[in-house]
Amino acid sequence: MQRSTTHSIAGWTLAGPALLVITTFFFVPVVASLLLSVTDFDIYAVADLSVLRFVGFDNYWALLSDSLFWRAMRNTFYFVAVGGPLSIAASLGAALLVDARVARFKGMFRTVFFLPVTTTIVAVAVVWRYLYHPRYGLLNQAMIAIGFEPIDWLGDPAWSMPAIILMAVWKNFGFNMIVLLAGLQGIPERLYEAASLDGAGPWRRFTAITLPMLAPTLGFVTLLTAVGYFQFFAEPYVMTQGGPAGSTRSVVLLMYEEGFRWWNLGRAAAAAFLLFLVILAATMLGFWARRGGWSAQGTGR
Amino acid sequence: MALSIAVAMAGAACTDDASERDTVVLWAMGTEAEVADQLLDGFRAEHPTIPVRVQALPWSAAHEKLLTAFVGDSMPDVFQLGNTWVPELAMLGALEPLDDRIEASTLVTRSDYFEGSLVPNELEGRLLALPWYVDTRLLFYRRDLLEQVGVTDAPRTWEEWRVAMKRVRDAAPKTGADSRYGVFLPIEEWQTPVILSLQQGAQLLRDDDSYGNFRSPEVRRAVEFYVGLFRSDLAPQKSDAQVANIYREFAAGYFAYFVTGPWNLAELSKRLPTELADAWATAPMPAPSGPAPVVSVPEVPVPGVSVPGVSVSGGASLAISATSTRKDSAWKLVEYLSSTPMQVRFYSQSGDLPPRRSAWQAPELANDPRTQAFRTQLDHLASTPKIPEWERIAAKMKLHLERIVRGDASVDEALAELDADVDAILAKRRALRGKA
Repeated sequence: MQRSTTHSIAGWTLAGPALLVITTFFFVPVVASLLLSVTDFDIYAVADLSVLRFVGFDNYWALLSDSLFWRAMRNTFYFVAVGGPLSIAASLGAALLVDARVARFKGMFRTVFFLPVTTTIVAVAVVWRYLYHPRYGLLNQAMIAIGFEPIDWLGDPAWSMPAIILMAVWKNFGFNMIVLLAGLQGIPERLYEAASLDGAGPWRRFTAITLPMLAPTLGFVTLLTAVGYFQFFAEPYVMTQGGPAGSTRSVVLLMYEEGFRWWNLGRAAAAAFLLFLVILAATMLGFWARRGGWSAQGTGR
Repeated sequence: MALSIAVAMAGAACTDDASERDTVVLWAMGTEAEVADQLLDGFRAEHPTIPVRVQALPWSAAHEKLLTAFVGDSMPDVFQLGNTWVPELAMLGALEPLDDRIEASTLVTRSDYFEGSLVPNELEGRLLALPWYVDTRLLFYRRDLLEQVGVTDAPRTWEEWRVAMKRVRDAAPKTGADSRYGVFLPIEEWQTPVILSLQQGAQLLRDDDSYGNFRSPEVRRAVEFYVGLFRSDLAPQKSDAQVANIYREFAAGYFAYFVTGPWNLAELSKRLPTELADAWATAPMPAPSGPAPVVSVPEVPVPGVSVPGVSVSGGASLAISATSTRKDSAWKLVEYLSSTPMQVRFYSQSGDLPPRRSAWQAPELANDPRTQAFRTQLDHLASTPKIPEWERIAAKMKLHLERIVRGDASVDEALAELDADVDAILAKRRALRGKA
């Protein structure tokens, strides 16, 4: 008894600081914003807290019946569904190139591809805004040079999202590339040798060895990318402010506007929880798909 | 996202430093911050014991930053305040009333200000901020294109305006690269339909600003005229962003009129090709014919000029924080920046129009016919509803008008839905008023 008490004191002492930090910076804010989301905390409550009212799920219903919210949801899904796969494909491609036996200056390429990840998004967005400039932008100059009509990248509602996706892919692919590279280097060389002896070509070796062996890493990368992309905010915030015509307003940007532009913190907190539910559902779906994938593989063996 | 908020907060928090306890801090936006800093040389010479520091904020983040600063109790002593933000900060109790200080001042005379420029800053009988510059919107037009179709005068009524637009439209090919429209009205801007409604004497909100009143006959008439310009193909159905460069399109003669503000005086002079330097002009807003508009500002007829329609009263003011510990020094700074000579210098360096009549006697303002159109308009201003929710209401109005213009809803449907949305936005306001 004596001993176990001492043990538990030691345990709590060691875990205490971490628990304290987690409680202060994670659990308390989460609970606070959950409480916030069932109140009508707004600019009037900032002036006088006594006018704060409990409104139940009103904030949630109001959002779910607001066309702006659904527009933001659609934009977010657009970004995740197009930007996510593109980003992972780019990462995988880059990882394969850097990992290729014939590649030279591997270290240099790895660094160069990783550089955008380390640069702040604001600096990147400013530079890309110049690239996208309808008249002076490098991109349009190049398009005119090869005989295409120039595109108003950030001004045309049909092109603004592709433009933002392109930038986000460029900015983010380096990180996943490093993770995938580690995965690639973990595949034993003998598998490729054996396949070569059996007469498998490069494509067959890729589909029959690289992809299955890389599946856990790819699953991890996909999950991380999806969760990150569902929360995209900085790109439209810096480049388009959600415009033109609301075509780049993401859920997080909408949340930010509700919270810090209109000061509807109750509504903003509700939007945060709705997005959390969406991300949770997407993650569960991802896990379920991966489990399904593994069991299929298991029966195949 | 969390990071950017943290950065904003940190920026707001680090305005004070023990070593500069007596420094008066002025927050200003964009160009105004740069120009204010230059104007302060004289103030520093006059008041060597009052150190002043100007901090520049981008317009896009200024509103958020002011509110965050209020919540975080780190307001600057003096700050530039957009007109539509006054009701919000007044409700928070963040603004120091200025009436007594103005009464006692020798540099600032209340009657010298355009009445319409003071209105947005007055709440419950107190003046809470002093206008620094005024923005209003009026007609910018291609004189040469209109003369080609026999229109030599600026339109005085909606009907004259519509006829002029139609002549321009009919004289050019309807489609293709040479097509020409009467007017460019970016569909994401709420200002023009609001101006037209105010000209009709519309009360945009009813029952002491607690319900939407967009189904009123006045708003309907304005919206029908506005939407009619798109329906009859006098205005292209495009957003500002889709017309890649409004100056290039104006130079190319894509449209003859547009409704915009004083910032475009400088922009057009700078951006239009030299051969078009004299081809454009400005004019006060035309007035609706029919029932005489009831406006909140008494109409002062200017000799030789027809009485124009009203326009919105925009711009920015200087306010003193209610929590400032250096209010007397802060007022000296506001007074200095608002003095007539400084107003004139402020105009020459920033292009922002002064709200004081005396400043308009300076030759650079008095002798320019383009700015004189603004001088006329400044006697005919009307204010949008002075409640914290106005910007949200304006955003909803924009949304529903866009639906009408795109043909997704009829005028009746859209205005009814707009009223419903506005009533929802004002629910809290009604509840609080019921309690009080």
